[in-house]
Amino acid sequence: MSTLASTDAALVGFATEVGSEGPIAVQGGGTRWHLGGVLAENARLVEAPAGIVDYQPAEMIITVRAGTTTAELHAALAEHGQTCALPERGGTVGGAVAVGENRLDRLGRGSVRDAVLQVRYISAEGEAVTGGGPVVKNVTGFNIPKLMTGSLGTLGLIAEVVLRTNPTPPLQRWLRGEHVDPRDLHDAVLRPGAVLWDGVNSWVLLEGHEADVDAEIGRLEARAKITPASGPPELPSYRWRLSPADASQADRLTDGDFVASIGVGTVWATTAQPIRKPDPGAMQIATRMKQLFDPSGRLNPGRSSWT
Amino acid sequence: MSWLRRRSRPTDPLLADLCGALAPDRVRADGAERSLTSHDASVFDGGVSGPVCFPTSTEEVQAIMRLAERHERSVVPRGAGTGLAGGAIPLGAPIVVSTGKMNRVVQVDLENRIAWVEPGVINLDLSKELRPKGFHFAPDPSSQQVCTLGGNVANNSGGPHCLAYGVTDAHVLAIEVVLPDGQVAMLGGLEDEPGGLDLRGAFVGSEGTLGIATKIAVRLTPNPPAVRTMLLSFASVRDAAQTVSDVIAAGVVPAALEVMDQRMVTAIENYVGAGYPTDAAAVLLAEVEGLDTGVDIDVARIDEIGRANNATNVSLAGSEEERAALWKGRKTAFGAVAQIAPDYYLHDTVVPRAKLADVLEQVYEIVDRHEVLVLNVFHAGDGNLHPLLVFDAREEGTLERVHAAGAEILRASLDAGGVLSGEHGIGVEKQHYMAELFADADLDHQNRLRQAFDPACRANPGKVLPMGHSCADIQALREVPTGVWG
Repeated sequence: MSTLASTDAALVGFATEVGSEGPIAVQGGGTRWHLGGVLAENARLVEAPAGIVDYQPAEMIITVRAGTTTAELHAALAEHGQTCALPERGGTVGGAVAVGENRLDRLGRGSVRDAVLQVRYISAEGEAVTGGGPVVKNVTGFNIPKLMTGSLGTLGLIAEVVLRTNPTPPLQRWLRGEHVDPRDLHDAVLRPGAVLWDGVNSWVLLEGHEADVDAEIGRLEARAKITPASGPPELPSYRWRLSPADASQADRLTDGDFVASIGVGTVWATTAQPIRKPDPGAMQIATRMKQLFDPSGRLNPGRSSWT
Repeated sequence: MSWLRRRSRPTDPLLADLCGALAPDRVRADGAERSLTSHDASVFDGGVSGPVCFPTSTEEVQAIMRLAERHERSVVPRGAGTGLAGGAIPLGAPIVVSTGKMNRVVQVDLENRIAWVEPGVINLDLSKELRPKGFHFAPDPSSQQVCTLGGNVANNSGGPHCLAYGVTDAHVLAIEVVLPDGQVAMLGGLEDEPGGLDLRGAFVGSEGTLGIATKIAVRLTPNPPAVRTMLLSFASVRDAAQTVSDVIAAGVVPAALEVMDQRMVTAIENYVGAGYPTDAAAVLLAEVEGLDTGVDIDVARIDEIGRANNATNVSLAGSEEERAALWKGRKTAFGAVAQIAPDYYLHDTVVPRAKLADVLEQVYEIVDRHEVLVLNVFHAGDGNLHPLLVFDAREEGTLERVHAAGAEILRASLDAGGVLSGEHGIGVEKQHYMAELFADADLDHQNRLRQAFDPACRANPGKVLPMGHSCADIQALREVPTGVWG
């Protein structure tokens, strides 16, 4: 298994291109290029290899190279009635994993960090490294995939991932309600795909078999006037990271328009979230982690997942 | 044991300092206590335990860590000691930190759907407290009546119901950790994307090698309104395994898919009488949960797939009592084997689900060749095999045959594209096999992760990574003052 990393031509080529010296960054689709600080000007830009390596719908896993677009990934999954936790918002698979942002329907699809079963990346020393494994349950050694997900490429340059896939629900239906506590709607249904709130309107994504969805609509109608909606509302551009309890008070915490993900905590707002001070103990570990994984500071210089 | 509660301070400097930091009756150094903590529930020889501490607060754990550093001793956290990979075995006479007295559910926060718990809270106790509120803690390891949540975090524990809900990692949002240098760190947060590196994710499953969890925010899972539990019988283990593969392939995600072979079923029936058919070569316990229509559709699909794979009987639990009996059988499986032989070695590997039937056939072939008896009971839906080798260790040469068969089972799983462990961890059991799954560079990076938390390798040294890839461990183990605790 582990020898695959050293014999896979695409990975070897990528490792050679990355090399072991000089500041370097991977460019994906550039959809989240602004995150985590400004990349140092002298960083050499490379592209990760692309392509779906292996897809076993019956195993519910897919092996995909980091440079593959999320559009290509989702098109391949859709052919087999499947989907996965990675957002379908443009950009590349590697970018989506490095950023680690979850989908709008996170309640239904799960989180990116739970979907990454195995990761192959190029280290600061220019070596191909594998963490995790290509099975759905695994506690073999330390959890490198968790560390890489959301790390903005500061610990290694992601080359390939194995992702957990999920069956696409048989039916998905967006609904809208006005002047109702969105938490009541969230609590009234068993497993909504998403519950959103803009201070006045609430949106609920119901998923499942038709009769179950109809029964859940009944439960929502008992609480509020509910009408069908064509989809979720437009999202303001700034992403706030709050607890679910805080997100349900987003009207008091943000200025201007917002959309809050109820039961999740993410809020999209028109202004940036005030900078939060990271926990000093966690920061100390993170600083040591960066020094150990990238002693010369060559990977994505200028960026940090903590900013 | 009253002589332990000495009025005068002990003369050993470490003991004296520990007694000063904790109440003296919460530091034990007697032979009985140290013997109790010298091993876990695995077949592996115990280690040598140093003083055993029972802290009651984060501050006391910090004090223990600082004293360990000052006295150049390592530290091993310990929950209920139900681990099966030797993760809690003390190597090099470390200070053993029992979480037994940190067992409070600190806060149940329904608005955030989490609970803050201390590490010594027992898994099942938490779910019992949550059930009336409409929630439960989803991971349900077989040892859930006694195992602790701190232990669940350390091992990233699974259980039958992790098929649909995910293992412990998916149910832990934040962890307050005391690092080996005594500093406190809050890893993760109640936010969905807390920002920064996912140090929480790195800590879960780290087997006590990164520090000690002192407070854990766990996710509350709503109790499903509808549950259906099915029992399918098969004339061959292959048919049962194929049914599992086909159910997953059909896009059905049951809450649990558990397979038991005939020997296991017979042992369970003799033990608790769960109502399993003893004439079947294998049974599949399948549970689906959710909303009424969905579960009925899933039941019909599983029924259809089972029959297409030659199921000889398919039945649906007609009442809560019948359902409880079916689960009682599954969950007492390990108790049931005691009637067959005094000792057992429970293995734990994961293979791709499509390879389940092939690897199981190899398992039977391997144990036959080594003249060892095997019973199989496993989380089939995850591809998580649990061959249970039963034996009498008093018979000469038996343990050697058991280990030889175990090694071959591991290799067969790796050859099928699987991994070394699905939920028991590596501990001391499988560290020698790590290099068969991972390349040197892979292991080197795992060691870097470990060192970021614990630069001196003072937390549970000698575990998980093979010695050659964790050189600082050797140093930590060497520092033991030989003769003092021997």
